[in-house]
Amino acid sequence: MQQLIYFFQKYRYFLFFVLLEFVALFLIINNNTFHKSKFISSANGVTGGLYENFSKLSDYFKLKTQNEELASENEKLKNLLEKHYSIQDSTTSNSVIDTVKYNQLYSYTKAKIIKHSYHLPNNYLTLNKGIYQGIQKEMAVINSKGIIGITENSNSEYTRVQSILNSNSKINARLKNSNHFGSLAWDGKAYNVVQLHDIPRQATLKIGDTIITDGKSTIFPEGILIGTIKDIDTKNNKNLIDIQLFNDMSNLSHVYVVTHLDKEKINSLNNPSNE
Amino acid sequence: MNRVIYIPFLFCSLLFLQAFVFNNILFLGYINPFVYIAFVIFYPLKKERYLFLFLSFLLGLAIDFFADSGGINAFSLLFVAYIRLFLVRIILKKTAQDYLLFNLQQEPFGKVFNYVITLIVIHHFILFSLANFSFQNFSSVLTNTLYSSIFTSVLFFIGTYIIRKKK
Repeated sequence: MQQLIYFFQKYRYFLFFVLLEFVALFLIINNNTFHKSKFISSANGVTGGLYENFSKLSDYFKLKTQNEELASENEKLKNLLEKHYSIQDSTTSNSVIDTVKYNQLYSYTKAKIIKHSYHLPNNYLTLNKGIYQGIQKEMAVINSKGIIGITENSNSEYTRVQSILNSNSKINARLKNSNHFGSLAWDGKAYNVVQLHDIPRQATLKIGDTIITDGKSTIFPEGILIGTIKDIDTKNNKNLIDIQLFNDMSNLSHVYVVTHLDKEKINSLNNPSNE
Repeated sequence: MNRVIYIPFLFCSLLFLQAFVFNNILFLGYINPFVYIAFVIFYPLKKERYLFLFLSFLLGLAIDFFADSGGINAFSLLFVAYIRLFLVRIILKKTAQDYLLFNLQQEPFGKVFNYVITLIVIHHFILFSLANFSFQNFSSVLTNTLYSSIFTSVLFFIGTYIIRKKK
């Protein structure tokens, strides 16, 4: 007993140090598992509020590029609308107004990135919208140029997003001109290049082909832009494809969060035991 | 400065400087300085170390909250806080009697340089290894450690020089 007390006396700082290091290690391991990273995240009241005030300040320096982006998106949407009107004009006979045929599948919520990073091996973003605005975990985050990430956890007012520039991120993607699909991941090197894995060998690939989201999961709608093929590595058997992103991940501000309205119905088919 | 105000002041100013200024520098696209390690260097030497270890852990954790990085800053800052006394003994050749009158600015520059660089390199190496969290891309851990250590130490020595000039 005496020896034990002596031991604690002698190594008390070391034991305290080891205890705190274990706490830190526990937090690190938790942070590397999707859905468990609840303790340490900038999507809490204090850091979220501070980041929001800070981003209000830095926004003034980005107004010009943001305006240009908005204008080009407006142009695209107006063209789509015009196309829609002209179709209605030319086909007057086709006027089936049926609520069954017109069901909305996705709804979009606009949000703003108040904190982002792109230089770490695991990058996260923080948005200024949360559960009060209807944002939950596992929703897609996109902007006018392409995909950005998936929401990971949210509190009442802020949401943390797992960026596609995260070594844990896996997203279903396919070629625009065929239905061959693979999974999108990031190797942690360049912030504007991601990798596409598991594309079948019979798919014909050319440098410059467009890659879009697949729409087979309940997270991303089909056809959201990702990037173009930059390089095809056929040396190994892996069939690894480098993709140049359309988005400049170092310069993001306004995003849309996509809600899949039938998500629960589809997921209940996949896990019938949960009912 | 009064020692009662000095430590909370150091803690808060380093936290906000790191979270809002130094985490956004990204020199050449990816190099960031981690100047909050100055907390470990400036904290007065004492035999009683619970408060010091706990405050170092807390500062690292607070920076983790801002950077969404789990507990990597807490882990690495606590580690250098723990090994600080060993380095003081080995490099600066100080024993427990000297702690009360110890002042880093009165030490010869060569010794201080070795001491600070050792702390910074160890801290950065642990930080980047944990951020990477795998054995892939290990070369990028080493290059990041090298460049960020240079950046941090340059900023640290410029900063201490400016503060000393004012006095």
